[in-house]
Amino acid sequence: MIEIRNLTKVYGAIRAVDDLTVVVRPGTVTGFLGPNGAGKSTTMRSIVGLDRPSGGEVLVAGRRYADHPAPMHEVGALLDAKATHPGRSARTHLRALAMTNGIGRGRVDEVIDMVGLSGVADRRVGGFSLGMAQRLGIAAALLGDPAVVLLDEPVNGLDPDGIRWIRGLLRGLAAEGRTVFVSSHLMSEMALTADHLVIVGRGRLLADVSMEDMTASASGQVRVRSPRTAELAQLLSGDGVAITRPEPDVLSITGRTSTDIAETALAARILLTELTPVHASLEDAYLALTAHDVQYQAISHDRTDPGRAAA
Amino acid sequence: MTTTIDRPLTGAAGSRSSGARTTHRRVLAAEALKLRSTRSIRWLLVASVLSILAAALSSALTATLAEAPPPEGAGAATDPLGAALSGVSFTQVLVGVLGILVVTSEYTTGLVRVTFTAVPKRLPVLEAKAVLTGAVVFVVMLAAELISFLGAQAIMSTEVSVSLGNPGVARAIGGSALYLAVTAVLAVAFGWLLRSAIGATGGLFGLLFVVPLIGVLLPAADPYLPTNAGSAIMQIGSSDGVLSPWAGMGVFVLYAAIALGAAAMVLTRRDA
Repeated sequence: MIEIRNLTKVYGAIRAVDDLTVVVRPGTVTGFLGPNGAGKSTTMRSIVGLDRPSGGEVLVAGRRYADHPAPMHEVGALLDAKATHPGRSARTHLRALAMTNGIGRGRVDEVIDMVGLSGVADRRVGGFSLGMAQRLGIAAALLGDPAVVLLDEPVNGLDPDGIRWIRGLLRGLAAEGRTVFVSSHLMSEMALTADHLVIVGRGRLLADVSMEDMTASASGQVRVRSPRTAELAQLLSGDGVAITRPEPDVLSITGRTSTDIAETALAARILLTELTPVHASLEDAYLALTAHDVQYQAISHDRTDPGRAAA
Repeated sequence: MTTTIDRPLTGAAGSRSSGARTTHRRVLAAEALKLRSTRSIRWLLVASVLSILAAALSSALTATLAEAPPPEGAGAATDPLGAALSGVSFTQVLVGVLGILVVTSEYTTGLVRVTFTAVPKRLPVLEAKAVLTGAVVFVVMLAAELISFLGAQAIMSTEVSVSLGNPGVARAIGGSALYLAVTAVLAVAFGWLLRSAIGATGGLFGLLFVVPLIGVLLPAADPYLPTNAGSAIMQIGSSDGVLSPWAGMGVFVLYAAIALGAAAMVLTRRDA
């Protein structure tokens, strides 16, 4: 379990992380989402004590990371796949790392097998592709058989096979009861692996929701076109129903099924010229959440066009 | 909460019960493996040995083959000890670069973050790198100096007889290795302090070779400047304006200790 309490990290004038409070629980894959520059990496570095918080604290299994006698058994982290000495072999890199925490040679060979690098374990890391480097980084993260696994953008540079492998690995680790905290800026990737989402923008927490809630919030919208929208809106309104009128003759309704709406309209003899269930994707829900917190946004880029994203 | 969790993925789960924890000895062993497996460090050690041997050989040959003995103070060695020590100042540059690279190579690759994730207390890493670099440079340089001295002795034996038994000779030979080892440790400290190879090289060689110019302006400080103090241990007999051998070495070690202390302080406070 990771407890992030009021974490704040300031670099000069920039608040990379701003009063972030999140608990990441064991047994699930928690996706850590946010646009570039949202403070994901800073948060991850703070968890393992690489960055000193400007305020707040982070506890792993109830203690500061640095206070654990064998830290690699508590947290396995992949923060930057290219962070290896290019002249060393993968095996030597892992062995040196393992030695610091009293982890034996057998475990080194085991994790090399686990990530599928057996064939190249004695080659210099400098010649590795980004995908191989990611696998090596994951091997390093798993060395200590940690209760918490922390991966920063692990699918970067992986081929489709590798991406599928990582999904399976993450799900497996969570199924074994570990805490799995994975960052990404791609909702589509998280949609396939995560059970829970922590979404940040400009260092602040935007959402801390289960994947089901996120999915529910993203779907169930119905678009209705009718000459008598005002009347129809009145008939449909009720508890748990949200109606907006983006255009004079168009209603956007959540909380009512399209059958429901059609029956109401028929009973009141209101003509409907369009009745479209809109399945906004998770991606849209995510983009809508973070739209105001994107640091590097292209001008006049329509991020919330439902027609485009529903495709 | 996490302790009760069953973890089948751990084939080697036994390692957990066998007291797996971070200790200074384990960090030292890990750093030794890293040092051994770094090519640039190995080549710098080889270059350092060659530089001691080549300088000794060439001064011994020059002194022997010259028809008249070179004039006093012309910089040429007139005895085997002088020949053996003639390569020290250039080799100091090499071991300085070596000490810097031991640290800064971790920063240029980003490896330092992995290292500090494994050892979040950080100071054991600083300690291990300093101890190892110092020890390796001392042992290798001592061997190179002994071989140089004995070689020079063989070449020059007919004219001058200086042996390891002569007063101060063994101390000067061992001291030169110590001087280079402390230089390497000082370089390690500069590596931690400045994190970039270029910055650390500038800092270290500024301290070693530029600061001594102060001595020209301030003669009283002259013997206490790092290179002057440190090289006192290679001096035979007493001369004016130079500290006694061990006092000088003490001052030089103090420079390294202060630099390491400063490095330890920033290392524990700074983001990695």
